[in-house]
Amino acid sequence: MTSIAKPVIPFVTLPKNELGLTIRDYEGAVSTLCAGCGHDSVTAAITQMFWELSMPPHTIAKLSGIGCSSKTPTYFVRGAHGFNSAHGRMVTIATGANAANRELNYIGISGDGDSLSIGLGHLAHAIRRNVNMIYIIENNGVYGLTKGQFSASADIGSRLKKGEPNAIAPIDPILLGLSMGATFLARSFSGDKAQLVPILKAAAAHNGLALIDVISPCVTFNDHEGSTKSYRFMREHEVKEIETDFVPIRKEIHRSIDVNDATEITMHDGSVVRFRSVPEGYDPYDRQKVEEYIRDRRSRGEIATGLLYVDEQALDVHAMNNTPRYGLNKVPYEKLCPGSSVLKTMQESFR
Amino acid sequence: MAIDTAQDTQIRINDFSIKLANVNGTGSASANSLLMQAIFRMGIPVSGKNLFPSNIQGLPTWYEIRVNKDGYTARALDYDLMVAMNSATYEQDINDVREGGYVLFDSSWPLDADLVRDDVTFLGVPLAKMCIEHFAAPRERILMKNIAYAGVVVALVGLDIEVVSGLLAETFAKNELLRESNQNALRLGYNYAKESFECPLPFRVEAMDATKDSILIDGNTATALGCLYAGATVAGWYPITPATAVMDNFIRLCAQYRREPVENPLPGELPYKNNYLILQAEDEISAIGMVLGASWSGARSFTSTSGPGISLMNELLGLAYYTEIPAVIVDVQRTGPSTGMPTRTQQADILLCAYASHGDTKHILLFPANPRECFEFAVQSFDIAERFQTPVFMLSDLDIGMNDWVVPELTWDDSYVPDRGRVLNDADLATMAEFFRYTNEDADFVTPRTLPGSDEKGAYFVRGSGHDKFGRYTENTDKYQEVVDRLKMKHASAAAHVPAPIVERTKGAEVGIITLGGCDLAVREAIHELAELGVTSDYMRVRGFPFVPEVRRFAEEHESCFVVEQNRDAQLRSLIAIETEFPIESLHPVLAYGGFPLSARQVVDGVLQHLEKKS
Repeated sequence: MTSIAKPVIPFVTLPKNELGLTIRDYEGAVSTLCAGCGHDSVTAAITQMFWELSMPPHTIAKLSGIGCSSKTPTYFVRGAHGFNSAHGRMVTIATGANAANRELNYIGISGDGDSLSIGLGHLAHAIRRNVNMIYIIENNGVYGLTKGQFSASADIGSRLKKGEPNAIAPIDPILLGLSMGATFLARSFSGDKAQLVPILKAAAAHNGLALIDVISPCVTFNDHEGSTKSYRFMREHEVKEIETDFVPIRKEIHRSIDVNDATEITMHDGSVVRFRSVPEGYDPYDRQKVEEYIRDRRSRGEIATGLLYVDEQALDVHAMNNTPRYGLNKVPYEKLCPGSSVLKTMQESFR
Repeated sequence: MAIDTAQDTQIRINDFSIKLANVNGTGSASANSLLMQAIFRMGIPVSGKNLFPSNIQGLPTWYEIRVNKDGYTARALDYDLMVAMNSATYEQDINDVREGGYVLFDSSWPLDADLVRDDVTFLGVPLAKMCIEHFAAPRERILMKNIAYAGVVVALVGLDIEVVSGLLAETFAKNELLRESNQNALRLGYNYAKESFECPLPFRVEAMDATKDSILIDGNTATALGCLYAGATVAGWYPITPATAVMDNFIRLCAQYRREPVENPLPGELPYKNNYLILQAEDEISAIGMVLGASWSGARSFTSTSGPGISLMNELLGLAYYTEIPAVIVDVQRTGPSTGMPTRTQQADILLCAYASHGDTKHILLFPANPRECFEFAVQSFDIAERFQTPVFMLSDLDIGMNDWVVPELTWDDSYVPDRGRVLNDADLATMAEFFRYTNEDADFVTPRTLPGSDEKGAYFVRGSGHDKFGRYTENTDKYQEVVDRLKMKHASAAAHVPAPIVERTKGAEVGIITLGGCDLAVREAIHELAELGVTSDYMRVRGFPFVPEVRRFAEEHESCFVVEQNRDAQLRSLIAIETEFPIESLHPVLAYGGFPLSARQVVDGVLQHLEKKS
């Protein structure tokens, strides 16, 4: 992927986070995506999230596969360690990295081709394993780098630029996640940073795989009449009944609780996700109700966005495997090798 | 029943072979390995080869025991005794016995007259009848028939019944009922044979002292032990025959030796933590992806698989090669192509592994010949992978991996320090003005890496896309070539670090024989037999790729040079020719690729045929 280094211009007036860093410190190279690409807005939201959370850049590991979406890790947090892998395989590498070093903050950026076609199997199993990471699907319903083929998330009847309608049923990553035992599911729209940033922060606090499906229009190949992943379609069909706030652990005491009947979820690290508004009868802990709600909205041609489902009690891959709290890459060799006398004794049973 | 025709009167001590024909899923495997283990305990070199079907129950299966005082325990093709316990394969099994040999069969049912051969001796024992009389439960009647025929064999070949009985006592130490049934069945067969036949037969065992410092172990267990001792903490894998037991054993060993006690565990918390994480993946693509992720993060990590798994891993193996991430891949080879014969052995993944993935790639390969080398090479694989920041393949096979071998006891040097390769920590980074991933190469063309989590200064972007030596994306010809040219030189440098070839020379030898892996014993035996026929040969077993210059020199020094291997297409021969530029037509292939372990006769025949053609 081509990239252009971003000139570092000192803005004295920019606010600093708890680490004394400005948002510029969380940026990456200049994007080479098309002007107006939804993905750049997602990049901006990610940048904002890491800055606001005051996450030390070197503790971030950003991974991606192949595709337009997978180019974006170059465009945020230049001080983070990055891995641009192979098409559809991002989460397998993230799983191994997380297995070896659970102490880092993992964020994987993927697209609808990467995650719902070539990498669908890996996504499904990463959800089942509940690997502790943020997993973003920048979903535009189309293959951009190969110039405009339908992806597996294209809705039936939606049209390519040349007019051909899609006849194949789409894969909805949120419904997929619900059936696979996902523990954090959210949908958002790249054009809505105000919604996306709190969701990203909650995802960072979540102990497990946080899957965020971000509808992110492709201005070049899928932003026309007849597309269901266009800016216009999203503006007209998005339903934002579920609204959440993220309350970081350290700032909680400074905030007044001014919302009545709010559902609060305490995250693993002690921060709080507060559901400011949910439709009547909606329960973000109840898999079945969430599914019914999403299907109901979909049947009316609407796209429900927000933090849709959370299960903060489920075990992540490390808890399932009873590993220590520190990274396995930090265990000294002396603890790993049983030594010669054990080998000698053991072999008495090989006679 | 008396012995009908005693044709073989010459007595042979500790030099014979037995083939046992069974139906799989009936419990015969434990009886067969009991016999093999008893011979081992009597101090006699022995091998046991399980020739089994890709099936759980009901199909023919064979087990071959070769006893040889000189240690030539490759697969024999002459069977002195056939234990014919599967009526479905009587015809073939009876046919397989050498002239003058013996057939042990279950005389509970009459033997078809058509099957009788005049040149072999039939020993009938009413095993089924005896077991029905002595045991009540249906399953026990089937299982004990196996131990009963083992008892007959014990008497026939002169095994020490106390040794066998002692083994049963150890196996069933915790189950008195089973222990008694087994002991009874053993005596049942043993006593019947003693009363009915002239025991022992002309070929028999006599106690020796040749296995005192040896153990009985399969290659998959030894490989798992190597990975444990090397300090591997993360493994990704997908079940596949014949590699599954590598990870089964690694899981078992980790549970035993890698648990760290927790002081004052919280309520509901286990009193220990696992210093390992083994992930059963959704496929081999994911398995190798996990290995790359863990190795990128600085953990020693590996996967175990067989040919079909390597096929799936190809894409990410290229990524690892190009981005320079260590990885250890254990390939327990089976018979291909495609699904092939999953329970048969072959050495047919050599070229697949040497050049795995699209584009220009070259990988490092290690070729163990037996379980002891599986243990040693597994450890070395991690050192080499981290030293050279690249995938390393250890090519075992089904014969080595799944059969029990007699090998010298495994040893461990407690002063061993793992070679973690060139990794910069934060203190190193602090002394540097700037860090770029693919600069500052050493004499082996290796550049230092950083691990995720290290200081921002060491942060970089791993990318499978075209990159320059700074790790930046490039589409520039020179900058691209600079990196891939260094990778080629780095690979060549590894030749000095892989296990050196084993070379054995005989004065005046005109013939050179090059081989690899599990062909070792058969080729050594063949060289011995060829010498008796007047053909003197030198021996070279390559143990790693890239090749050291000695490989080409060996080929040059011999007027007739053979390459013995277990695949159809002479893959080692091709690899030597491609990589050393030695003329391929001067390397004569000797090939066995039918799925069973190599025997000396195949090598002798192959060499002689060529020499005769030439003269």
